[in-house]
Amino acid sequence: MPLTDYEIVIGLEVHAELKTESKAFCGCSTKFGGRPNSHVCPVCLGLPGVLPVLNRKALEYAILAGLALNCRIAERSRFDRKQYFYPDLPKAYQISQLDFPICSNGSIDIPADEELGGGTRRVGITRVHLEEEAGKLVHSGSGILDSEYSLADYNRGGIPLIEIVSEPDIRSPLEARRYLEQLKLLLQYTGVSDCKMEEGSLRCDANISLRRKGESKLGVRCEIKNMNSFKAVEAALQQEAERQAELLDSGEPVISQTRAWDEATGTTVFMRTKETSSDYRYFPDPDLAPIVVTADMVEEIRRRLPEMPDEKRRRYVNEFQIPEYDASLICGSKPLADYFDSVVAVYEGSPKTVANWVMGELLRLVNQEKIEVESVRITPRQFAALLRLVDEGVISGSIAKTVFEEMFATGEDPDKIVARKGLKQISDAGELASIIDRVLAANSQAVESIKSGNQKAVGFLVGQVMKETHGKANPQIVNKLLKERLGL
Amino acid sequence: MELTPDDVKRVAELARIELTEDETRAFVKDLNDILRYVNRLQQVDTEGVEPAYHVVPLENVMRVDCVTPSLPVDEALDGTTGRSGDYFKVPRILDVD
Repeated sequence: MPLTDYEIVIGLEVHAELKTESKAFCGCSTKFGGRPNSHVCPVCLGLPGVLPVLNRKALEYAILAGLALNCRIAERSRFDRKQYFYPDLPKAYQISQLDFPICSNGSIDIPADEELGGGTRRVGITRVHLEEEAGKLVHSGSGILDSEYSLADYNRGGIPLIEIVSEPDIRSPLEARRYLEQLKLLLQYTGVSDCKMEEGSLRCDANISLRRKGESKLGVRCEIKNMNSFKAVEAALQQEAERQAELLDSGEPVISQTRAWDEATGTTVFMRTKETSSDYRYFPDPDLAPIVVTADMVEEIRRRLPEMPDEKRRRYVNEFQIPEYDASLICGSKPLADYFDSVVAVYEGSPKTVANWVMGELLRLVNQEKIEVESVRITPRQFAALLRLVDEGVISGSIAKTVFEEMFATGEDPDKIVARKGLKQISDAGELASIIDRVLAANSQAVESIKSGNQKAVGFLVGQVMKETHGKANPQIVNKLLKERLGL
Repeated sequence: MELTPDDVKRVAELARIELTEDETRAFVKDLNDILRYVNRLQQVDTEGVEPAYHVVPLENVMRVDCVTPSLPVDEALDGTTGRSGDYFKVPRILDVD
């Protein structure tokens, strides 16, 4: 039976580190890296007799994230201890939330898989809860299995995390990827997390099961871990769906388990049978006071929500007359939208011009040089200054592209580049006349052709003048002068 | 529902506690006594009673997001018997079966 006879059911659990200065329950720094065990204290090391105290910012960020994901914010929530033994967890329990998470009942919309009919897929957010990050382990061998010992660094231990749990509403590996992209975008807009998968500040575990099309009962699910990019999530889910389909086809049961994605072989491998939540023996953490969030507090935090991607896209289309596609592309990256906004803020010309340059030259160079928008050397002021030089006729549009490349490479001011390289546009009729003379003399054939009625050859002559002036001649004026000379 | 010796052994295993057969038997009795007491409490009519989210009569005890000094690395590692460089050295994590 082909995979298309089954319905794939996916739910995702995403962990995002919150961008606070200090840890969730103590004052240690959350800075990435650093000398091992230099950002630790008795609280995050789990020494006896200490008292954790919640970082207010972590709570506010969790609420902000919940609001961005259309969640209901719990009036009352509390922390619980999730108990398990693992050396990255010095207390032997993780401070988490079980029965009363801070946010619940949200949703985000993504474009549904075109192969499943397209349209919009609304993915429910079951809950968003606050918890603490574990430490980092370095294994002595090549992997955990052949390591006689491991080394623990607790710098990361205790950094605040939010865990975002989706409903099993995702119907294909592609939709899982789109969900993650949209979730990351929303979190980046709110500014609560860097969402850097490569630094581990965003991580994803996936639950996947299959059922016959038309069946309402959910199949047995497996959890997949260890995926370190959105692409890996998509690939791992595809592979796991095929594995489960093969099992079901041959009449074998799918056994509930946790599997790890192995990037090298492109397969998922068995890790362990699934633990049940009672094995964690959760109970309310007596060290941490319960949280009460009033409606006023929620409203105060809601006011801190910035303009979100959808809102921004609509504004670009309606106010700036930017094409829908361009607006979506710019808003689809927080750094790009920020950059665009800051150029528009200092440029008196049309935002549409800015959009054309951002979509064209800027993205071309960013992609070509494989750099991040954040590290572009052209400041918004310099960007606007370049556009102004074109508007004022100081340089031509094509020369501006050359200047832009130079600015991109060096970060130099556009007027300085124009002056240093002598790129100013030639609009002076006298200066252009002598160049036109030379071009006409050298292209008598084209001149004859025009005289016999071939108007198209005028364009060729304009091109020759541009070539002669290395692109500096003002093409409109050249066109006008040429036509005068040729009696057209 | 009565706890069985297997339940007690499972809980002990999760807590990394080794119990002798005698201790297991004693815990089966003690824990079942406690459960019976809780079952009695569950018969109390709680209609209209605010649920207790917590036993501590406090709420919203929080700190501002401000970095305070951490321990010096040597002091942080002082209590361990297994130091390696600036790391805590921990024994083999997974047993190979």
